Amino acid sequence: MITFLASVGAAFLSFLAATGRLVNFALMGLAGAFSPPFYPRIIARQIVYMGYYSLPVVGLTAIFTGMVLALQSYTGFARFNAESAVATVVVLSVTRELGPVIAGLMVAGRVGAAMAAEIGTMRVTDQIDALTTLSTDPFRYLVLPRLLAGLITLPLLVVVADIIGVFGGYIVGTVKLGFNPASYLTQTENYLETMDVVSGLVKAGVFGFIVALMGCYHGYHSRGGAEGVGQATTYAVVSASILILVSNYMLTTAFFGK
Amino acid sequence: MNGGSTPKISVRGLQKSFGPKRVLDGIDIDCGIGESLVIIGGSGTGKSVFVKCILGLLHPEAGSIRIDGVETVGIRRAERAALMSKFGMLFQGAALFDSLHVWENVAFGLIQGRGMERANAKRIALEKLAAVGLGAEVGELRPAELSGGMQKRVALARAIAAEPEIIFFDEPTTGLDPIMADVINDLIIKCVRELGATAVSITHDMVSARKIADRIAMLHKGKIVWQGPADEIDESHNAFVDQFVHGRAEGPIQMEVRAV
Repeated sequence: MITFLASVGAAFLSFLAATGRLVNFALMGLAGAFSPPFYPRIIARQIVYMGYYSLPVVGLTAIFTGMVLALQSYTGFARFNAESAVATVVVLSVTRELGPVIAGLMVAGRVGAAMAAEIGTMRVTDQIDALTTLSTDPFRYLVLPRLLAGLITLPLLVVVADIIGVFGGYIVGTVKLGFNPASYLTQTENYLETMDVVSGLVKAGVFGFIVALMGCYHGYHSRGGAEGVGQATTYAVVSASILILVSNYMLTTAFFGK
Repeated sequence: MNGGSTPKISVRGLQKSFGPKRVLDGIDIDCGIGESLVIIGGSGTGKSVFVKCILGLLHPEAGSIRIDGVETVGIRRAERAALMSKFGMLFQGAALFDSLHVWENVAFGLIQGRGMERANAKRIALEKLAAVGLGAEVGELRPAELSGGMQKRVALARAIAAEPEIIFFDEPTTGLDPIMADVINDLIIKCVRELGATAVSITHDMVSARKIADRIAMLHKGKIVWQGPADEIDESHNAFVDQFVHGRAEGPIQMEVRAV
């Protein structure tokens, strides 16, 4: 019994230590935002890489998510003669939940993994130490631009994902399910509130920050050559995905919980 | 070393461990202004850890590191950043930034570290590349397009670009053919002399050590077991040094070989 309690205690202490290290890492990264030098070119490059180049994958997943959502809602609601709610369900689901979560997960897979691999390779080939010896703070040069890019870019991607996702639902609703286009759009507009979109964008900012933080943290602490970089990449994607889903629940509770 | 003056680098009682393994176990050594000190020793004896402690990349558990008489262990990040401008470093694997052109690598410390305007920094970078025997056209290439010897030369150009007071060389000739290794040795001597810099090199290449060193120190199991002028190494009368210099398997240095 004592052995069991000791192992539970050790695991809890280990969790607290890991959380502390992560928070400390994030604070060290963000601290650079309040004093020069700043690296606007690197921030801009990261925004383009994270945002512009993620548009195809986010757009594709958003449109098919909207289409499937319309189809499934229709088949479910038809049992209760509530087919007219399809447009409302699609727009609320996409803007509040699916847009930010799908975009967050896609960016975690595409960008978070690449960040961890790039920074991890820099770590194991002494490039991060080289930055330090060249009077350049790696947190300012590598971490902060990625954190800011995540914070800025994901909300912009989610705006696009929301529009494309709702459009996907509209296409299925009007072409396949026989809804009147005008009444579908009216239903969509009538039940959509500003808070639905804003909550999704706030979530997106948080998810973007999580993706960048996990990519930087695991890359920065990678050890042991190619195997270590591979592990860092896996940890970055898995931890970012889990944290996105956990924080999504917490944010939904904060915005809409009773 | 210049007699009587404050050493450029003074290390006392330096200790560093990784878990239960003590890598540096009370290092005491000085390096004078303009002197070229070479630390020799087998793989895993703590040579790189020693240099990384001086650079502030690793934090020692105990001991003192003084640069120009000023204590550097435990200083704040801002003070460390200012101190870094005195240092240049050539890493074992060159550690060039893959995403940047060669000239941007050389100019990196000038642009990002000192805020120099890019055109001016590029001019200096091309001068430094020329100093290590590389033409301007190499400046427009990426590090991945260069051979190992060329990468070492670029890393040397980067290390001297900001004209540092102290330059560290981590295994500068490892992985190079003997001719290219000699070219690098000559470049190190030339660049260090032209700058009037203090040089600390770590190597297990005795040809290189004999060529670039004013003074040699041998590190074994985290301690300095011998130090003296480079031309006295063959008469050291130290069993560790003799075994290492002659590359014998028999002697006081036992390789740790584990059964697979």
